[in-house]
Amino acid sequence: MSATASAIAGQDALAQHILAQSTQGTIDVPAIQYSALSPIIIVFGVALAGVLIDAFAPAKARRGIQPLLAAAGFAAAFVAVVLLHTRRQVLAAGSLAIDGPTLFMEGAILAFALLAVLLVAERRLDSSGGAIVASAAITPGSPGATAQRSSAGVQTEVYPLMAFSVAGMLLFVSSNTLLIMFVALEILSLPLYLLAGLARRRRLLSQEAAMKYFLLGSFSSAFFIYGLAFIYGYAGSVNLGRIADAAGMVGANDTYLYLGMALLGVGLFFKIGAAPFHSWTPDVYQGAPTPITAFMAAGTKVAAFGALLRVFYVSFGGLRWDWRPMVWIIAILTMVVGAVLALTQRDIKRMLAYSAVAHAGFLLTGLAAANSDGLSGSLFYLVAYGFTTIAAFGLVTMVRTGDGEASDLSQWQGLGRRSPVLAGIFAFLLLALAGIPLTSGFTGKFAVFQAAVAGDATPLVVVALITSAIAAFFYVRVIVLMFFQEPGADGPIIVTRPTLTYAAVGIGAIMTLLLGVAPQPLLELAGTAATSGFVR
Amino acid sequence: MAMHTVSLHVVSMHPAVGHPMAVHPTTICSMTRYAMPHEVGYATASGSFSAMWLLLVLPLAGAAILLLGGRRTDRWGHLLGTATSAASFVLGLVLFFALRGRGGEDRAVAQHLFSWIPVNGFQADAGLLFDQLSAVFVLLITGVGTLIHVYSIGYMAHDPGRRRFFAYMNLFLASMLLLVLGDNFLVLYAGWELVGLSSYLLIKFWEYKPAAATAANKAFYMNRVGDVGLALAIMLMFATVGSTNYDSVFGAAAADVIGYGTLTAIALLLLLGACGKSGQFPLQAWLPDAMEGPTPISALIHAATMVTAGVYLIARASPIFTETQAARTVVVIIGAVTILIGCVIGCAYDDIKKVLAYSTVSQIGYMFLAVGLGPAGYALGIMHLLAHGFFKAGLFLGSGSVIHAMDDEQDMRKYGGLWRLMPITWVTFGLGYLAIIGLPPLSGFFTKDKIIEVAFDKGGTSGYLLGSIALLGAGITAFYMTRLFFMTFHGERRWSTSGPQAKHPHESPSVMTGPMAVLAVGSVFAGGLFVLGGSMQHWLAPVLGESAEEGVHTISPAVVTALTLLVAAGGFAGAYLRYQLRPVDAVARPDSEVGLVTVAARNDLYANTFNETVFMRPGQYLTRFLVWLDTVGVDGVVRGTAAGIGGLSGRLRRAQTGFVRSYALSMLGGAVLVVAALLVARVG
Repeated sequence: MSATASAIAGQDALAQHILAQSTQGTIDVPAIQYSALSPIIIVFGVALAGVLIDAFAPAKARRGIQPLLAAAGFAAAFVAVVLLHTRRQVLAAGSLAIDGPTLFMEGAILAFALLAVLLVAERRLDSSGGAIVASAAITPGSPGATAQRSSAGVQTEVYPLMAFSVAGMLLFVSSNTLLIMFVALEILSLPLYLLAGLARRRRLLSQEAAMKYFLLGSFSSAFFIYGLAFIYGYAGSVNLGRIADAAGMVGANDTYLYLGMALLGVGLFFKIGAAPFHSWTPDVYQGAPTPITAFMAAGTKVAAFGALLRVFYVSFGGLRWDWRPMVWIIAILTMVVGAVLALTQRDIKRMLAYSAVAHAGFLLTGLAAANSDGLSGSLFYLVAYGFTTIAAFGLVTMVRTGDGEASDLSQWQGLGRRSPVLAGIFAFLLLALAGIPLTSGFTGKFAVFQAAVAGDATPLVVVALITSAIAAFFYVRVIVLMFFQEPGADGPIIVTRPTLTYAAVGIGAIMTLLLGVAPQPLLELAGTAATSGFVR
Repeated sequence: MAMHTVSLHVVSMHPAVGHPMAVHPTTICSMTRYAMPHEVGYATASGSFSAMWLLLVLPLAGAAILLLGGRRTDRWGHLLGTATSAASFVLGLVLFFALRGRGGEDRAVAQHLFSWIPVNGFQADAGLLFDQLSAVFVLLITGVGTLIHVYSIGYMAHDPGRRRFFAYMNLFLASMLLLVLGDNFLVLYAGWELVGLSSYLLIKFWEYKPAAATAANKAFYMNRVGDVGLALAIMLMFATVGSTNYDSVFGAAAADVIGYGTLTAIALLLLLGACGKSGQFPLQAWLPDAMEGPTPISALIHAATMVTAGVYLIARASPIFTETQAARTVVVIIGAVTILIGCVIGCAYDDIKKVLAYSTVSQIGYMFLAVGLGPAGYALGIMHLLAHGFFKAGLFLGSGSVIHAMDDEQDMRKYGGLWRLMPITWVTFGLGYLAIIGLPPLSGFFTKDKIIEVAFDKGGTSGYLLGSIALLGAGITAFYMTRLFFMTFHGERRWSTSGPQAKHPHESPSVMTGPMAVLAVGSVFAGGLFVLGGSMQHWLAPVLGESAEEGVHTISPAVVTALTLLVAAGGFAGAYLRYQLRPVDAVARPDSEVGLVTVAARNDLYANTFNETVFMRPGQYLTRFLVWLDTVGVDGVVRGTAAGIGGLSGRLRRAQTGFVRSYALSMLGGAVLVVAALLVARVG
């Protein structure tokens, strides 16, 4: 917790610094439209309240209060986003921007956070306590470790941590200066490092995941801040709009600019899990508690992509001819690595992790399109993919053996015989991930590929289609496994009463179907958000 | 049509044929001019006619309830199936009399159901048309259908799948009604395919019998050949006329806007479809095999109704056939050839149902011959069809009764002397038999005699040839039907009441004999009712055109009638001498002891051999070649690619070591790559 708290303290100092800089010495208190910031403020408030409750409420009461508080907070923030939907302005002395893409992504993040809370709050899955560890401090392998597996206790800090992370994500997509963006990056990342280590079962794997995520995340943050420094050196400002103005000028020594752009890019590519910065993804997705994996796969992807889109469209929009080849290379690498490596995975969570990598590649084709359609396509894709992936990971939590989740693919053999509905839903979600028509996956892919073709990135789309075909192989292989093979002797037990998980999976699957069958409303919403563009 | 105009049309239509979808002036003209009569041509359904759709929906609902209801409906399912069929028949009667009550001009009522395919540039509506022609078909289908439903209550009483049987029969009725009630060729096609499906389901009703399963497949495949023809004809109509509605297409045909070549092509393709469904040469081989289905099915589908759909199609499309002499010539040739094929093979078989099946083939040949003769014969074809519907259904039900009594024995050589034991079957079957051989004044006499007469009246050498073939056919029909009748019901008993093959023949229950009696009454009176006073011809005239009754007779009708009776009597006498006055062998003589013609007839005149060598074998070789190509070529490439990618995946996987240091190194490499890409792009 202390890391997060210090990050918040640090944020205040940094904000002061920016204010001082932007007002050129004179001390004016800038007018801040708190109403426009209400989603972020609400979530921060919920996070702080969660910390207080955790400190003072008795353990048993906390287990009830915390999830309710978090869910209510995310829902309230979502309502605030809806009420703000026409706002387009730069806030807080130019450090934050509220515009179409921002609000769209804030809404998406909050919706995914709500679904993720449902999965985290599920307590009927493991013998008594759900997916989150009872006490993270107990050393794995010590006598207490076995006891806590069946303990009813839960590390309820998981909810304030999620809230902080969500607040960071909201801030990340709305930041209008690189410094705020960096701060937001840390706010969203630090809680995630902790969350990854909170799995109830396979503690060592979980802690290893948290450690790896933390080390590599720090490494990528260093790249980001290094890039920030270069950009500041070139443009004399960290404001995204001013950087764009400076980049448009001829004659300055622009090596700093390109170095800065590259290093900023590395930091952001790491967060979306693009190759070759993806190597943390499978290990962390596998080790983290599955509800948290779902949250990361959907929420973090939206937030990181939001920042990536904003930086490259706003600050470097004029240089698109220079950065597009780089994005092409990264996109192709990401798609190929994700699809090819997923082929030989034997663990369902690792397979979905590589699938997430491949999807990051498909999303990058929307960035490579570098036009308004690419932006709206990416927005739609993020929402579609988020719902599908949350539902898929949620379903993974329900297929268990006596020893936790049945994560090995061989244990999924013949699932269709034992539990046709569950296997049917999973098959549908896999088809959506493969991009089969009448699912949201198809609509999303169609949107970004169409934009990429219009943006002269046809070769990229060809590669994307080939890798989609390769990817379809491993999705369909799981379907074949579930429906056309005999169940093994030690097949999984399907947990039948997890209401909250059912709700989350159901909503995710229904949205996947709806966005495939009747995508028009959301496409229009994304289109409106994209055409109004980023404010600067 | 004079040759001059013919060639002119071929030339003028050429562009439209070359670019069927292009908006050619002729096409526009035809669309605007011939779409109009639709509003004035058919009266809109009102009053009792607004319930027209119920005709279809009643049996369809029956099928749905029985199929979806499952075992719960086992106890009363057969009654529901019969009730929906009967209700449909009653409604058909009501509509028929309502139609009679109308003036001659208004006797065609159309009901628009819904817009079926509302694509830009291709409008297809689902609509029904109840006119004089569909009215008689509706009555035939639902009337005979209801009788056979009743009969089946008894026939299928002990079959575990009885509910399914009635569901399929109801499905068949709905499909057949859709076929005859559609107001455009697309709806007809939908009905056409659905009767094919019902027929398939019912032939393989006893699918545990390999012969039944094979026969169902054979019927399905051979029908496909015809269906392709029908589909192509419909596409060609749309390409040239821009519509598939009857009135638009027929209006265009009558006004000579379709070129003679195109028109003939449409007619020949329609004929291909008709030959498939009606078991006409060269697609006749499936119909005898279809007798593997339960006998009521043979009566309903493979004798009385579905197999006559080809005749309906040609009669319905009579405005097209009237305009093309060439196509009509092909129709009469096919009809004449089929008459002979059916008759000759019918003499050689000992299986009672196979003989009746070939008799059906040959009788439908008569109908084809009639409708191929043009306006003079359309109505005659339909009348023979209706009369045949009665007597052939009766004959099949009678044979079913016999088969039932003889414990599923179908070999006539194992029958004999059954008339005392099964008097009702004997009488009803006898009346059907007398009707088919054309004994006056039973129905077959009137309708068949007329066809022979018109064939002679065609004039010229071809007229004499066709007339003689029809006449010869009548003689052979009398021969093989007499053979069948006497081998079954008379002579010595070639079965025993004791031993392992013991038989105990008995009369069938009244639920089976009742329908047989009704059909027997129909076989006696139907023909006279239709023909005398030209009532049926007059009734159908608005749809099929006035027949040239006043035309010159080549041979006077009285002479034709006398000749026909003489030839039939000859056939009867031959069979009576051979099979009644001399003992019948209980086992057929082997092929080596009989003549070449008999051997050929026993082998279906080598139709199956022909089909197998010409179509099946080359098809199989082609398939084998393609499979080989697919395995070696396509699969080879696919498998090779898959193996390659899999290997790549396996190697790439090793990079995922689990060590943070190597992950960080790959990130550093990535950062270098990104920087390099950007700087290169900038320099370049």
